[in-house]
Amino acid sequence: MLRLIALRIVSAVPVMLVVATIVFLLLRLSPGDPATILAGDMAGPDAVARMRVELGLDRPLLIQYFAWLGELAQGHLGQSILSKVPVLALIRDRIEPTLVLAGAAILITVLVAVPLGAIAAWRHNSWVDRAVMTLSVIGFSVPAFVIGYLLILFLSIRADLFPVQGYVSPFVDPIAALRHLVLPSLTLALVFMALIARVTRSSVLEVLGQDFVRTARAKGNREGRILWRHALPNAAVPIITVIGLGIAMLISGVVVTESVFNLPGVGRLTIDAILARDYPVVQGLILFFALIYVGVNLLIDVAYVIVDPRIRY
Amino acid sequence: MSEIGQAAGRGRRVFLLDLALENRAILISGAVLLTIVCISAFAGLLTTADPFQIRPRLRLRPPGPDFWFGTDALGRDVFALVLHGGKLSLLVGFLAAVCGAVIGTALGLVTGYFRWLDTVMMRVMDGIMAIPGILFAVALVSLVGPSLWSIVAAITFSEIPRVTRLVRSVVLSVRDEPYVRAAEGIGLPSALVLVRHILPSCIAPLIVQTTYMFAAAILAEAVLGFLGVGFPPDIPSWGNVLAEGRAVFQRAPWTIIAPGLFLALTVMAVNILGDGLRDRLDPRLSRATKVSA
Repeated sequence: MLRLIALRIVSAVPVMLVVATIVFLLLRLSPGDPATILAGDMAGPDAVARMRVELGLDRPLLIQYFAWLGELAQGHLGQSILSKVPVLALIRDRIEPTLVLAGAAILITVLVAVPLGAIAAWRHNSWVDRAVMTLSVIGFSVPAFVIGYLLILFLSIRADLFPVQGYVSPFVDPIAALRHLVLPSLTLALVFMALIARVTRSSVLEVLGQDFVRTARAKGNREGRILWRHALPNAAVPIITVIGLGIAMLISGVVVTESVFNLPGVGRLTIDAILARDYPVVQGLILFFALIYVGVNLLIDVAYVIVDPRIRY
Repeated sequence: MSEIGQAAGRGRRVFLLDLALENRAILISGAVLLTIVCISAFAGLLTTADPFQIRPRLRLRPPGPDFWFGTDALGRDVFALVLHGGKLSLLVGFLAAVCGAVIGTALGLVTGYFRWLDTVMMRVMDGIMAIPGILFAVALVSLVGPSLWSIVAAITFSEIPRVTRLVRSVVLSVRDEPYVRAAEGIGLPSALVLVRHILPSCIAPLIVQTTYMFAAAILAEAVLGFLGVGFPPDIPSWGNVLAEGRAVFQRAPWTIIAPGLFLALTVMAVNILGDGLRDRLDPRLSRATKVSA
């Protein structure tokens, strides 16, 4: 097991290197060089030149690239050009709403979408199946922000059930936090639920056709027990894989949802940084999100071995 | 898989028409999509309202006989905006899907065929997949400025790895087939082997994947608009119409609901079309349905 984890971490290094390279090149794509932007609109040519030296932009591109990689390897993500705060500190200050939001969305998804998908497979071609599949297509097709606004319109403004926008920390006021969390987490969960319900359905459907399920039936097991104890655990590997790949979807969703509901999370931080052209923060945050994605998928590779003892590396 | 791919290669137009007639999902979603494309293309014939005409005195009018979908914060006719906006949104979706398919296929073919390239290319693709697509797109567009090609490029970029992986997996599954070996054996150049003997097997899954990319790209354009880096408001697209509605949403929900509905209907039609094509064209993916049927 330890060897597996070590192996996975080593294989994540080149992936992160690719990400870092793309992020580096992305910044160099900007018309004009970063020094002009970083020095500000008011800066004269000598201020720009000073900034260029300060940032090391007068050095050859390859040297800059390796110097930057060296910084990254030591865990330095750079600092904001606007507030001069290190990117890591910015992330630390803004991570809580994002984690709470994403956690709630994943919880809703696992509690709702997995059972729905399993039941849809079990009652294949019934009205339940059709309803789940239809909802899943709708979930894929309506942009998250439109769903968010519709929820606000009907449940907050018209029905006055939930607050319109904003964030309350669960550590400060758990009840108010929960009320503020319902609509954003539903908005974020919807696409994810559509994806997971669909994969669960097709995975369980495949397992239900196998011999051991027939054996379980022949032994006189109740249908519920067959579905939850025999079929679902054996269908788990594809579901877990998609949860991992879906993390990318979840990150994009977080960015949009935080904008709709005005939550002060990392997604909002990223969009604000992009619009304010705070490039070191943008670089740092894209790397941070990529690291989360790679990390989650690494955990999932480990989870395979726990869920399915047949898998060996 | 390869049989179907070859059938698709032989007479694709007739083949797709046959498919549409025998599968209800493909027929209906195809018809809906075609209708939406026609509505957008001939928007000028369907509504005489000028989407650019600003009427300060008729701001935020609710939907009614004069303005079917109401008016926005500048008094522009939302119905006209939605119809005309479809042109740009559909164009972005189409271009991004086609560019993604072409680039991804080219990379997938070489990656699968030349083993020495495989490890490096797949790590690069893993890296691209690890970058959140929306963030990359927002960053790129805000850097180089919004234009048709910058938005298409930004959306295409994160779609490439999926196509590359898909095509690579097909190449790996057929590269040792006798007919490929035979083609190599008679001394055909690698490029010809790839295009003539391996590419046809990729066509069926590619058609399916391209449909899904089309849907994803239309959604991505809307999200870019919503986040404030889409097309400038002087050309309507669903993305920037939605973005304009954002500020006045609480007073005038139709500014979000009308374009959102059109967008959702389009994406849904494309997704259902993709599902229908997948069930029909790609037996490997629809096996799950057949096992229990």
